[in-house]
Amino acid sequence: MAHESVQPPPQAAPLAEVEPKVKILPGMSSDMTAATFVIDQEDHTLGNTLRHCIMQNPEVEFCGYSIPHPSNLNIHIRIQTTPNTTALEALSQGLKDLYTMCDHTLKKFNEEITKGDYEIVSS
Amino acid sequence: MPYDRDHIVLEAETVTNISSHDYPHQFPGDDRGFGVEAFRNKFNVKVWRVSREEMEFDLVGLDASLSNAFRRILLADVPTMAIEKVFMHYNTGVVQDEVLSQRLGLIPINADPTKFVSKSADDPLTELNTIVFKLDVECTHNKEAAKDETDPNKLYKNSSVYSGHLKWVPQHGQAETFADRPIKPVLDDILLAKLRPGQRITCELHCEKSSGRDHAKYSPVATASYRLLPVIDIKQEITGDMALKLQKCFPSGVVDIIEKNGQKTAKVVNARKDTMSREVLRHKEFQGLVELKRKRDHFIFKIESTGAVPPAVLFAQSVKHMMDKCELVLKAVSELSVDTTA
Repeated sequence: MAHESVQPPPQAAPLAEVEPKVKILPGMSSDMTAATFVIDQEDHTLGNTLRHCIMQNPEVEFCGYSIPHPSNLNIHIRIQTTPNTTALEALSQGLKDLYTMCDHTLKKFNEEITKGDYEIVSS
Repeated sequence: MPYDRDHIVLEAETVTNISSHDYPHQFPGDDRGFGVEAFRNKFNVKVWRVSREEMEFDLVGLDASLSNAFRRILLADVPTMAIEKVFMHYNTGVVQDEVLSQRLGLIPINADPTKFVSKSADDPLTELNTIVFKLDVECTHNKEAAKDETDPNKLYKNSSVYSGHLKWVPQHGQAETFADRPIKPVLDDILLAKLRPGQRITCELHCEKSSGRDHAKYSPVATASYRLLPVIDIKQEITGDMALKLQKCFPSGVVDIIEKNGQKTAKVVNARKDTMSREVLRHKEFQGLVELKRKRDHFIFKIESTGAVPPAVLFAQSVKHMMDKCELVLKAVSELSVDTTA
């Protein structure tokens, strides 16, 4: 087996037409209180959690997600808000909240593991 | 029955109160609070048992979407190393090349995936993206075997090919990098094929890094699952023979019989052990006296690792993976230019 390099391989050059990670579907309201976002390369894992986080926002009137076609790996996430905020604002706030919640989960989990207050089974 | 925010209710034929309505504007005079602050206040973790391959812990105070995301990530997104390419030099055994290759792919490899990068189709092979194994086994007659021996294991040498026959061939700096934990299959006694004298398998195997989304062999877990904490509500005191009968409706250790006012009385001592068989709902005499529920936000998680990565590390990685997803999307959202005239 020929090893040609000890460095990590360079990232493959992006293809000419790469789907953007996030885009907005045409037809959002002019004040941006209602919009549908398309997130590429994501599924229920992010879709459902993000929907949950966005719905916790009291300024959000509606939030739902769908996977339009099982062969296409992307999700549509619809957000409608009160005039006090925008759909884009609600989306980024939802992502930030989800990040913080995960961060807290990890912190609590690591604390509990370090505390060592559990049975260790040797196999 | 009024809507119970905290429980899922199990009835004889149906399960009700399934979806969570814990969102703003859902209940009049609601003062529970939402979002990150509320999450911080109620979220808790309790680890029960940890072994090299298995772990059981409780996550309390989170939505099903979040705990399901962690489970999904564990199954499909946390990467491991697995045999991806098999260069078959000899295979004169009865197990065909493609069948043997498929079996080889499923062997869990004890190598820290964080020390590797994933390889795309046209990347050159490096010590960072490939682990090389050699398999060279030939079956021969065992000269020392007794004349009337019938057991193939004694009659022949190497009549069974095991995962332990795989020999790691360190590339470049790999021998030093993994000096404290030489790369090998997690288990040495996985049967791969059977041979008879004169038959031989010789091949070179290349392991690559990928995730369960690509192929199930890369999944770091045998399984990762959760269940909701069972709750058994005894509405009215159940005494005497009824108490004994109630006890028999549940697995042992769930219901205890205590003396109360000189009477045998049933008491739930460990609902966690209940399988939620709903046996109690089959008996008319308990109708209206016992309610079976599950706590909506109390998840009993069980992670069974394949052994390559300890389960506690896997869970931490899955949460980290979710955070990476958020960061990636958040970056894309911040770069989004909005053209409302479109």
